[in-house]
Amino acid sequence: MTDMPVGERRQLAPPVDDSGVLGWIRRNLFSSWANGLTTIVLVLAMGWVLSWFLEWAVFTANFTASTGAECRGQGACWALIREKYRYIFFGSFPYEQHWRPLFAVIAMLAMLILSADRRMWNWRLIVIWGVGSFVTFLLMFGQLHLPLSLVLFIAMVVGASGMSLRKGIGSPTEILAYRVAAAVGLVGLVLRIVGVLPGWSLAIAPLPYVETGLWGGIPVTIILATYGLAFAFPYGILLALGRRSNLPLIKGLCVGFIELIRGVPLISLLIMASVMLPLFLPSGVTFDKFLRAQVAVILFAGAYIAEIIRGGLQSLPKGQFEAADAMGLNYVQKTGLIILPQALRVVIPPLINTFIGFFKDTSLVLIIGIFDFLNTANQALVDPNWAGFPGEVYLFAAFVYFIFCYSMSRYSKYLEYELNKGTRR
Amino acid sequence: MAANAAHNLSNAASVITLRGVNKWFGQFHVLSDINLEVKEGERIVVCGPSGSGKSTLIRCINRLEEHQQGDIIVDGVTLSNDVKNIEAIRREVGMVFQSFNLFPHLTILDNLTLAPIWVKKMPKKDAEEVAMGLLTRVRIPEQALKYPGQLSGGQQQRVAIARALCMRPKIMLFDEPTSALDPEMVKEVLDVMIELAREGMTMLCVTHEMGFARAVADRVIFMDRGEIVEQNEPEEFFANPRNERTKLFLGQILHR
Repeated sequence: MTDMPVGERRQLAPPVDDSGVLGWIRRNLFSSWANGLTTIVLVLAMGWVLSWFLEWAVFTANFTASTGAECRGQGACWALIREKYRYIFFGSFPYEQHWRPLFAVIAMLAMLILSADRRMWNWRLIVIWGVGSFVTFLLMFGQLHLPLSLVLFIAMVVGASGMSLRKGIGSPTEILAYRVAAAVGLVGLVLRIVGVLPGWSLAIAPLPYVETGLWGGIPVTIILATYGLAFAFPYGILLALGRRSNLPLIKGLCVGFIELIRGVPLISLLIMASVMLPLFLPSGVTFDKFLRAQVAVILFAGAYIAEIIRGGLQSLPKGQFEAADAMGLNYVQKTGLIILPQALRVVIPPLINTFIGFFKDTSLVLIIGIFDFLNTANQALVDPNWAGFPGEVYLFAAFVYFIFCYSMSRYSKYLEYELNKGTRR
Repeated sequence: MAANAAHNLSNAASVITLRGVNKWFGQFHVLSDINLEVKEGERIVVCGPSGSGKSTLIRCINRLEEHQQGDIIVDGVTLSNDVKNIEAIRREVGMVFQSFNLFPHLTILDNLTLAPIWVKKMPKKDAEEVAMGLLTRVRIPEQALKYPGQLSGGQQQRVAIARALCMRPKIMLFDEPTSALDPEMVKEVLDVMIELAREGMTMLCVTHEMGFARAVADRVIFMDRGEIVEQNEPEEFFANPRNERTKLFLGQILHR
């Protein structure tokens, strides 16, 4: 080293990067003879598998046959999918009404895609889910009956939460609106319970009614997964917070619930919901089987989500809690503004992992006779005219599941990047 | 020192009173029979060896730690388990931590405006105005829209001070504010604290920065094994420590 005064030393440029396609190939695929040999063997193997698959799935495949017999002795029988796709997608929903589940699926996908955008994470989210859910269920059922008490209850909840959350922030008119909503809801509900108000219900009935027993296929899978997770997520947050509570009763209840649910397979929970629950209910009281399955999924997913979120809560340094306390924030403010936003960020990868798992686990409802997407695909195989092509149908079902799961996986990546933008240097 | 001489506290009202305060961590007696009176505008430096209970002492004042015996009265309110009491006191008492504890998911500006908006229900625009004024005072207004992770340690600690000041507290507690900083950043934080002291803020600082104690403190308190061993004006405290333990401690930190 020559004696150069400090600070006048030449700034060194980083070494030249020998990028370019050829450079990359040499560096990564043929850096040594062993590496080169591995590359060649793997490329040959992949080529062999791919050519075999293409031969079966494309070149010798039959896309046009009208019965299974015509397909035999050739490659893939995609004609079966062509023949059965409407049943696989929509199940036993009345055939001439298939546009309804189609648009319901579109409404739900639109709802999900819109809520994936971070800019919508405010009051807009409530509007999106309100409108999306209303359209979805109106299309699926054909008719909705909103009892007066439900409308009053919603008014009361919206008004009360608006009053407490927007206190001191919203404009006087806004606060007044919440007060009116809460008061009308509360008074109305009391009058309804006392019996002064009659049991009106608001009927919206533009279409023929279709009961949940006839629902099937992709809308069932999406509804079970979407509403399962949409309810399980806040429920899981509450369970996780409860588990960390200082109040022994709340803590005990939450721990007990989580351990109980986690210790039981989802299938047994579904069977309990479909077979045993009706036995315990007083005669005359019935719950829709679909609703029972939905509740079972929510309870089950909630317990798992709670444990993931608890991990996130525990990863936060104690100083974050103390700083929030020292500022005089109350428990709700501290949790909502400081703790959860950070804890949830940490657990995005395991959370989406669980979401993907539950999306696929909804297929277990076939055990209790609900026709989700996998079950309708299964049923499509029963037709004796088309017997003997399970591979095609399952491959098709797998492809559809893959599209959903892969989208979620990509979204998880995007979300991690988005939310950590500011905290990266 | 000249500033100290002009600082007359004899008529000031007391804002913090600790009477016979005791606290244990398990079997460990961390605060033993603490009596302390802090007057309005008084600047106190608390020092002592590690584990002497000095951090615990100031953390009891805003109830980050619970004391088990005795009374703590802050700004006329006696600390109890009543959440409303605790929140009322925390509104009046700002705290600066050794590890800054800024909220990493919020911008600097949001870190500052959070408490005024949610606790004091201040309109957002006013809160931002106050925040920008304070960021200018701690000399980093240009960092307002960055995130804490993008700032140096010294800058983060100055933000933390501004964040505490945003609530317009009557009392500021500092828990070793410069201990986690690289040496070249200590001065920028101390300068801000000295400025604050000169403006008449009531301050309780746990620190080993004896230069700071000499420059602004009205009183230096030495703690050891959970007790207040000695307290005096800084001149006297450093020149003529009376207790053996104080002498030993000062000898160690001043490298005499």
